[in-house]
Amino acid sequence: MITKRIIPCLDVKNGRVVKGVNFEGISDVSSPVALAEYYSNAGADELVFYDITASFEGRQLFTDILTEVASKIFIPLTVGGGINTVDDFDRVLKCGADKVSVNSGAIKNPDLIKEAALKYGDQCVVLSCDIKRVDGGFRLFAKGGREDTGINAIEWIKKGVNNGAGEIVVNSIDTDGVKNGFDIEMLKAVCDVVNVPVIASGGAGCSEDFVKLFNEIPTIDAGLAASIFHFGEVEIKDLKKLLKENKINVRL
Amino acid sequence: MISIVDYGVGNLFSLSSSLKSIGADTIVTSDKQKILDSSAIILPGVGAFSDAKEKLVQSGLFDVVINEANKGKKLLGICLGMQMLFQKSFEYGEFDGLGLIKGNIVPLEGKISPLLKIPHIGWNSLQFRNGKSDLFKYINDGDFVYFVHSYFASDCSENVIATSEYGIDVTASVQKDNIYGCQFHPEKSGDVGLNILKAFCEMGD
Repeated sequence: MITKRIIPCLDVKNGRVVKGVNFEGISDVSSPVALAEYYSNAGADELVFYDITASFEGRQLFTDILTEVASKIFIPLTVGGGINTVDDFDRVLKCGADKVSVNSGAIKNPDLIKEAALKYGDQCVVLSCDIKRVDGGFRLFAKGGREDTGINAIEWIKKGVNNGAGEIVVNSIDTDGVKNGFDIEMLKAVCDVVNVPVIASGGAGCSEDFVKLFNEIPTIDAGLAASIFHFGEVEIKDLKKLLKENKINVRL
Repeated sequence: MISIVDYGVGNLFSLSSSLKSIGADTIVTSDKQKILDSSAIILPGVGAFSDAKEKLVQSGLFDVVINEANKGKKLLGICLGMQMLFQKSFEYGEFDGLGLIKGNIVPLEGKISPLLKIPHIGWNSLQFRNGKSDLFKYINDGDFVYFVHSYFASDCSENVIATSEYGIDVTASVQKDNIYGCQFHPEKSGDVGLNILKAFCEMGD
């Protein structure tokens, strides 16, 4: 049976992982390669690398690191951040990424999803959305959640899937950083309208939040989180054991 | 030396890296002579069947792969490369494959519950069939591997060596004598995947 996926997200700036971490057995906690190896061994089902670098040099450094990670870690790798053109897809796929996540780039250029899906296949294109409640509706935000686009997020996602997005990451701005659990209502609203995998992001504060996520939304495919893994608040091994005890199918 | 056939479909970086990591002597090549000289062949592939087949024909390697396999050389098809081993695919039309294994490639759509998502993406467990193939000598029944596909091999039960449950028993792996195929991506399936590649590479030595 297919399993629910647990996905740690690593923010990379100028070649280093942002957000302090302290794990036993890792001397360099901001090394993307060391952390990727750690998570892979701990049972992460996939890794997301998010490039928050702005400079050209930083981008080069990022692709060098991606190449190194992809030559050592043999689980699926998704890359996001600064993806605005099909050339950007090409750049990271050549370095060993399996999937590419687009966010603001797809808002600026709505044809990007279609062009990339035609060239690399739907399975390669992940549409990542930052969503916040505005006037009783779900509104799409851009630029890392700073800018209200005025676009209805549910319609945006439906359109993205029609254009070839093979997976959707739903990041709830309302629950992000609050650590009080995933945004079940928002995630349900998305799962109700699409038949591609949906990945929940934003709000995980403890292992039980993942149990609740998968129990309340049987059609959700994966849970993504950053800080709770990086700060060692939740160990992926323990999380997966807990999920299994709760009869949620995971890879152990 | 094991040759990874480079016929212009997909990215071979991960496959090549994973083989390097287990110490296999491999070469990524589109050179006919190198493929003839190699001890075993890996046929990768992603994308649409017709497009990949066309590229394999254009590269002049379609018949090379068939002839080498028929001579007894070990061959491993991965993902679309596995699908190419079969007689026919019905992806966007009807196309002949390499015809090395009896069976057809058909869509998951219509065969599984409409509630299940297509493509079949993610980690799924293997159930060994028809005994335990030597391809699986280092792994166990129930181990997890990573899948991404919308079509699957059908009408090939005598050559199925593993299935995965996704509404139905989906063909996960096949073997006919020296010819092997994996629908999943061993190069993306962690240690389990590396152990499958290791078993294949040892056979080719």
